[in-house]
Amino acid sequence: MSEHKQQPDTSHQPDAGRRDFLAKAAGLTSAAVAAGVVLHTAAVAAPRTTPVTDIKRWGMLVDTAKCADGCSACVEACEHENGLDLQEAPEGINPLKWDNQRSTWIRKVKLRDNLTGRITNLPLMCQHCEQPPCVDVCPTGASFKRADGIVMVDRHTCIGCRYCMMACPYKARSFIHERVAHKLTRAPRGKGCVESCNLCVHRLDNGEDTTACAEACREAGHAAIIFGDLNAPNGPLRDALREVNSRQIREDLELNTGVRYAGI
Amino acid sequence: MRRIVYREWRIESSRYWSMLAILAGVIAIGGLAALYMEHHGHWVTGMTNSVVWGTPHIFAVFLIISASGALNVASIGTVFDKSFYKPLGRLSGLLAAALLVGGLLVLVLDLGRPDRLAVAMTTYNFSSIFAWNIFLYTGFVAIVIAYLWTMADRKGNPYKKPVGTFAFLWRLALTTGTGSIFGFLVGREAYDTAVLAPMFVVMSFAYGLAIYILVLMYSFEQDDRPIGPLMLKRLKDLLGLFVAGVLYFTLIYHLTRLYGAQTQNIEHFLLLTGGIYTLAFWLCWIIVGSLLPLGIIYHPEHSKNPKAIALASALVIFGGLAAMYVIIIGSQAYPQEMFPGKTVIEFGTPGDIGGAVAPYWPSLPELLLGIGGVAVALLITTVGIRVLQFLPESLADRAVDPHVAAAEARGR
Ligand code: SF4
Ligand code: SF4
Repeated sequence: MSEHKQQPDTSHQPDAGRRDFLAKAAGLTSAAVAAGVVLHTAAVAAPRTTPVTDIKRWGMLVDTAKCADGCSACVEACEHENGLDLQEAPEGINPLKWDNQRSTWIRKVKLRDNLTGRITNLPLMCQHCEQPPCVDVCPTGASFKRADGIVMVDRHTCIGCRYCMMACPYKARSFIHERVAHKLTRAPRGKGCVESCNLCVHRLDNGEDTTACAEACREAGHAAIIFGDLNAPNGPLRDALREVNSRQIREDLELNTGVRYAGI
Repeated sequence: MRRIVYREWRIESSRYWSMLAILAGVIAIGGLAALYMEHHGHWVTGMTNSVVWGTPHIFAVFLIISASGALNVASIGTVFDKSFYKPLGRLSGLLAAALLVGGLLVLVLDLGRPDRLAVAMTTYNFSSIFAWNIFLYTGFVAIVIAYLWTMADRKGNPYKKPVGTFAFLWRLALTTGTGSIFGFLVGREAYDTAVLAPMFVVMSFAYGLAIYILVLMYSFEQDDRPIGPLMLKRLKDLLGLFVAGVLYFTLIYHLTRLYGAQTQNIEHFLLLTGGIYTLAFWLCWIIVGSLLPLGIIYHPEHSKNPKAIALASALVIFGGLAAMYVIIIGSQAYPQEMFPGKTVIEFGTPGDIGGAVAPYWPSLPELLLGIGGVAVALLITTVGIRVLQFLPESLADRAVDPHVAAAEARGR
C-alpha cells in the first residue's frame, strides 16, 4: 500500500508546492529536475550520487509477435507505477472527453495491415528520441534529454505551452487539463504542465534495471518488452536486437529512437 | 504635396468614453474567462491531448500575423517611398503594436501555467523557434515605437528611413517565425513544409490590411474626416492583390501536399471528407473569405462604394479566422500517421482517438478570451488616436495626391 503515498494537491499554490517539493527533495524523495543533476530517492539502498553520464543509453525492444491481443499488463503497470490511476475525472465531465484529456503514458495499439489484414499489437510510449523534436521546440528547456537518453519534462519550468505536444510525432505527451488531488512523490503531476513516459527514471536512478511495463509484460508471460542499455554491446538488449529485425516507428524522421519494434 | 496635418481623434467625449467602457467590459469578460480556465484547468475547454491548441491560438496567431501586416502600410510609405501612403504611416504603426499586444496576451493567458511567464522570459532554449519568437515579438513592439517616434518627431525624421526599413525586415522575420512555428513540426502531416512561412507572410499582408482599412474608415467616418476615392481605390486594390496572393499560396500549399504520397491522406481529409474543416476551408476561407471579397474589390460598380469596401475587408478578416481554424485545429484533429499501410483499430484507453479524427468544439471561455484579445488591440488603438496625433486631418484626394491638388488649383 505504501506504493501510493498520496499527496495533497499544491499545484495551484506554486510557492507552497515548490517549498513542499524542495523539502521532500532534501529529506524524503525527489525527482530529476535537470539533465545531469544528481538524483536521490528514498527507501533504496543505493540512491544515485553521481551525475548521469552517457555511458548508458536506455532503450527497449518491443517484439510485436509476442505482444498478446487483449493483454494490457504494461499499461496497467505503468498507470500504477506512475500514479496515472490516481487521476480523478473532474466533476461533471463527459466520460469520453475525460478519456481524451487524462494523462496517458503508454498505449496499447492494435493495427491491421491494409493489404493482408494481419493484426499487430504493440505498446506505444515516448520513444526517447536521440534527436527529440519535443526538446528542440520547448521554449524554456523544460523538455530535456538526459545524458543516458531519457527524455523527460521538468515540471518546474514547463509553462504549459504544449508546443512539445505539437512537435512529438508519436503522440506521446499528455497535458494535465485538470486540478490534481492525488499524485505520487516519485511522479509529480501538476495542472497545466505536460508529462510523458520517463522510462521509470526513479527506478533506474535507484539502481534497478527495468521499467514497470517490461517487468509486467514478463510476469504476464509474454516478455514482449526487453529493456536495457543500448550502449552495452553484450547486454540483453543488444543481444535481442541482433537476433530480430527491428525498426523505428516513423523511421523517415531519423530521430534515432531509443524504443525499437520488431515485426512491424 | 501639401503638408500633412495630424490631429487627435475628436469625437465627442461621451461617445469616446462609452466606447472605452464597452471595450473595457469585453476585456474584463475575456480576463474572467482566462481566470476561469486557469482556475479549473483546461478541462473546461474543448482542448484535449490530441487538439492541444484551441480557439485562443486561432485568435492569437491571427492577431500576431495581422500585426505585422498592419505595419505594411507604413513600410510602403517609408521603405518604398510611396508618398501617397505616407499619411497612413502613423496609424499603421499604432495598429501593429496594438494587435501584437492583443495577440500576445491571448497566447500568454492560454498557457497551462501563465503564472510562470517569468520563467519563459528568463529561461531560453535557443533551438526553439518559440523562444526566438518571444524576442521577435518584444523587439517588434520596441522597433515600432521607435518607428512611430521617427514619424512623429522632427528630430527623429532623419532616421525614419533606416528605422522603417529595419522594422520592415523585422516584421518579415516575425511572420516567417510565426509561420515556422507550424512549418517545422515534422511529425504532423499538415505542417511539415517550408511553404507555410511565406504563406503566413502573405496572409499577414491581407489580414493586417483588412483590419487597417476597417479601422481607418471607421475612425475617419466618426470624426467626419474625408477619405478620397483615390485613397480608397489604392487600398482596396492592394487588398485585392494580397487576397489573391493568399489564394495562390493556398493553392501551392495544397498542391505540394497532394504531390507527396505521404501527405495525400490529410489533403483528402481537409479538402473532401473533413466535415467542419472541409466546410470551413471551402465555404469560409475560399468562397466567403477570399473569392467574394475579390469579387467586390474588382466589381466595376461596388468597388467604388466605401461600404462595399468595408464589407470586403470584413469578409477577408472572417476568411482569415477560418483559415486559422483549418490550419490550426483541422491539422491537429487529423490523426498523426505513424503506421503507413496499416489501419489503427485501437489506440489506448477507450475513447482515445488516435487513428480517428479527434473531436473538438470551441468552448465559450476560449472564445471570450480570444475576443478579449481583439478588444485589447482596439482599446489601445482607440486611446492612441484619441490622445496622440495619429490620424491625418484629411485623406481627400487633393491632400494625398499632388496631381489632383495641382489640377484643382488650375481649375480654380
Ligand atoms: S517520442 Fe515524443 S516525447 Fe518522446 S522524445 Fe520523441 S518527440 Fe519527445
Ligand atoms: S509544454 Fe512545457 S515541456 Fe512542453 S514545450 Fe511547453 S514548456 Fe516545454
